[in-house]
Amino acid sequence: MALTGVQIFKLLPKTNCKKCGHPTCLAFAMKLAQRQASLDSCPDVSEEAKQVLGEASAPPIRPVTFGAADKAAKMGEETVLFRHEKKFVNPCAFAVEVKDTMSGDEINKIADDVLNSEIDRVGQKLRVDAVFISNASNDAGKFESAVKAVAAKAPAVPLIISTSNPAAAEAALKLVAGKRPILYGADESNADAMAGLAKTYKVILGVAAKGLDALSTLTEKIKGLGVDDMVIDPGSRNAKEIIQDNTLIRRAAVKKNFKALGYPVITFAQRDDKMLELLMAALGVAKYSSIVVMSSIEKWKDLALFTLRQNIYTDPQVPMQVEQKVYNIGEPTPESPLMITTNFSLTYFIVSGEIENSKVPCRLAVMDCEGLSVLTGWAAGKFTASKIATFLQESGIEKDLKNKELIIPGYVAILSGAIEEKLPGWTITVGPREANALPAFLKSR
Amino acid sequence: MAFAVPKETYSGKVFELTIGSEKTVVFGGENVLPFNAFEGSVPNRPLIAYEIQDIPPDDWPETVRKVYEGVSGNPVAWAKYCQDTLNAKAIALRLVGTHPDRNNYSPEEAAKTVKDVLAAINVPLIILGSNNADKDSLVLVAVSEAAKGKNCIIGKAQEANYKTIAAAAMANNHKLIAMSELDINLSKQLNILITQMGFDKEKLVTDPMCSALGYGLEYTYSVMERIRLAALAQNDMTMQPPMLGDIGMYVWKVKETQAPESDLPSWGSLEERGIAWETATAGSLLLAGAELFIMRHPSAVQAVEKFIDELM
Ligand code: B12
Ligand code: SF4
Repeated sequence: MALTGVQIFKLLPKTNCKKCGHPTCLAFAMKLAQRQASLDSCPDVSEEAKQVLGEASAPPIRPVTFGAADKAAKMGEETVLFRHEKKFVNPCAFAVEVKDTMSGDEINKIADDVLNSEIDRVGQKLRVDAVFISNASNDAGKFESAVKAVAAKAPAVPLIISTSNPAAAEAALKLVAGKRPILYGADESNADAMAGLAKTYKVILGVAAKGLDALSTLTEKIKGLGVDDMVIDPGSRNAKEIIQDNTLIRRAAVKKNFKALGYPVITFAQRDDKMLELLMAALGVAKYSSIVVMSSIEKWKDLALFTLRQNIYTDPQVPMQVEQKVYNIGEPTPESPLMITTNFSLTYFIVSGEIENSKVPCRLAVMDCEGLSVLTGWAAGKFTASKIATFLQESGIEKDLKNKELIIPGYVAILSGAIEEKLPGWTITVGPREANALPAFLKSR
Repeated sequence: MAFAVPKETYSGKVFELTIGSEKTVVFGGENVLPFNAFEGSVPNRPLIAYEIQDIPPDDWPETVRKVYEGVSGNPVAWAKYCQDTLNAKAIALRLVGTHPDRNNYSPEEAAKTVKDVLAAINVPLIILGSNNADKDSLVLVAVSEAAKGKNCIIGKAQEANYKTIAAAAMANNHKLIAMSELDINLSKQLNILITQMGFDKEKLVTDPMCSALGYGLEYTYSVMERIRLAALAQNDMTMQPPMLGDIGMYVWKVKETQAPESDLPSWGSLEERGIAWETATAGSLLLAGAELFIMRHPSAVQAVEKFIDELM
């Protein structure tokens, strides 16, 4: 259970020596309780306190990093059940399944699709994160060649090696040494051998059991064998069971600090019906999975899932923002229109999308309003006449324009007089309210 | 360390609503978070209604417009098609044609459309205005009377016009959608104002305002989760009406449901992308707690129904 600031304070030296950079031990304790400071900052803390605090301050769900270098996927570290309480931390990773019964061509095609899956959305690069290679054939040789083929084709992509046969696992692990894959397939029958492999090859162990009781017993056993990094599978496969198990796991970890289930969860979403697979994956994204395994890659499905993951994992306190600057859309000339909006990602992408639709080259001045929409920014006093005037003057955009005309969003028509006053020599034009009216508006000018 | 199942029990419960007169449908009634049947009861499936309009859907994108080609010129034919061919469990008739900027149909014309549609179907009907606050307060009064005895859902009552609309729904014994703009406090306040008029809180549907995947979905999602937590954990009666996800109209206007694959090859097939957008938007709001959905594409409805089959 997480400790309160006062409980932590009792364990500190209470000398208020300030070496931690905080005015008092109590202030430091408060920061620790909010996980905004690290215990290492206090040089005088006792060993006993370190031990107590270390355990209490470890995140309720163990952080586990899967894969290596820039394609590595961080998992775990979640602290809440509902996204409005606090930002969900590490976005769920998407994996696609390759079966070792597939032909070489099929395997290459999937690996290729994974490599080409990256999409830019609202300024973020999103992709299918991993490949899940299953030993469907039960044949160690076939499994080894499938792993070899994927590792050759997509060497940087994190892998999940799925087999419950320790010998097949070892042969595969030798091929991907140092890449921090997940070895999925530890269960009650093979726990010792699999734990041994995880230790030898320094990989993450995927642990499966039917039901949460059996699963927690198994993770405790494996931890006892010296393996710390695990991902867990409670065996649920249909939506009803998944929502139950994932909810209980997250609750046990976060609310009861139950360590035996404090690991990232892997969920299997494969369905023949691709729309249903989309929904199963959506369930994983919304309800606490750290890895979702799917049977296929479709661009439309990826786009929907990436977007959903982005929505669910955005910070509820800090909206997504784009950089403040004047963006060129198309190839504007000195005669092209200049428009202004706020830096809320959603607003920017809707407005810039509609300008693109119009095929009229434009300049779009995007002003920092702390990520608020036009009306919200206006209501919060961030999208005001004087701030708009200052921003435009400082941007130096004037020198690129033939006519000093600024088009403002229809919803803030009320600002036009005040902006005109603050920007002598400029004409302020009120644009349409809704961005979808922009193409008609721009074409008719 | 033995595993102790961390179950929660809640003091509150979502109201159960029955709509329709010939064939009735029940939704809501659960006393747990969405589909958490392991710790309470989830007696009814969420309900999905097919959306139709009083005028042809010229502004719907091709992907969904073509499904209704041949029937969408006539609301009665459209309604019958949804009921008889698509097996709709309920139908939502949106009277967009009454909007002053559209066809500006009169309240009497709207009432006639409603009567005609009601005469042609036996599944429950949801009757929606054009979202013009002034016009809706005339139109929805007229259609409430026209639909008397049919136990419909009338909507949407908003802060600006709830008084007349709620009075009409009450007089004609209908259920009522109360819509506010993505803020739990506004939503609570509107429900309180409406019940203070004497409207039965157990006949309300809360619409906290929908948004499409990628276009503010996270706000709707979290407002819905917070409303459900308030209803269950705090037993807040003003937050216990079932919630509406008015999915179709938000989804089928965003770029992802319209842009051709030739313009954006990395987005994949437009046909499936549009359906996926509606499916995923509805699916995630299902997990956030909505019990009533208004949707457009039959393939999206079917996918969500299958998902509900698995979740129940
Ligand atoms: C979500 C939301 C919030 C979120 C913030 C989301 C965000 N990142 O901005 C939260 C919950 C934080 C919030 C807070 C507040 N909100 Co608020 N919020 C909304 C809501 C529901 C949606 C806003 C949104 O995301 N719109 C979508 C974006 C894309 O819209 P947009 O930026 O306006 O862009 C559109 C157009 O303006 C146009 N456009 C944009 N740029 C340009 C440029 C040109 C040239 C043209 C032509 C067109 C154009 O295109 C876009 C699409 O059509 C609206 C209600 C509503 N339905 O609009 C209220 C609303 C904007 N909020 C409102 C208020 C009052 C507030 C608060 C002050 C409430 C309070 N008392 O605390 C605070 C202020 C925030 C603060 N920090 O102090 C009021 C504003 C009232 C008014 N008329 O001024 C609204 C209208 C709700 C209402 N009816 O009361 N809000
Ligand atoms: S360094 Fe340690 S002893 Fe000194 S003020 Fe900070 S917490 Fe207290």
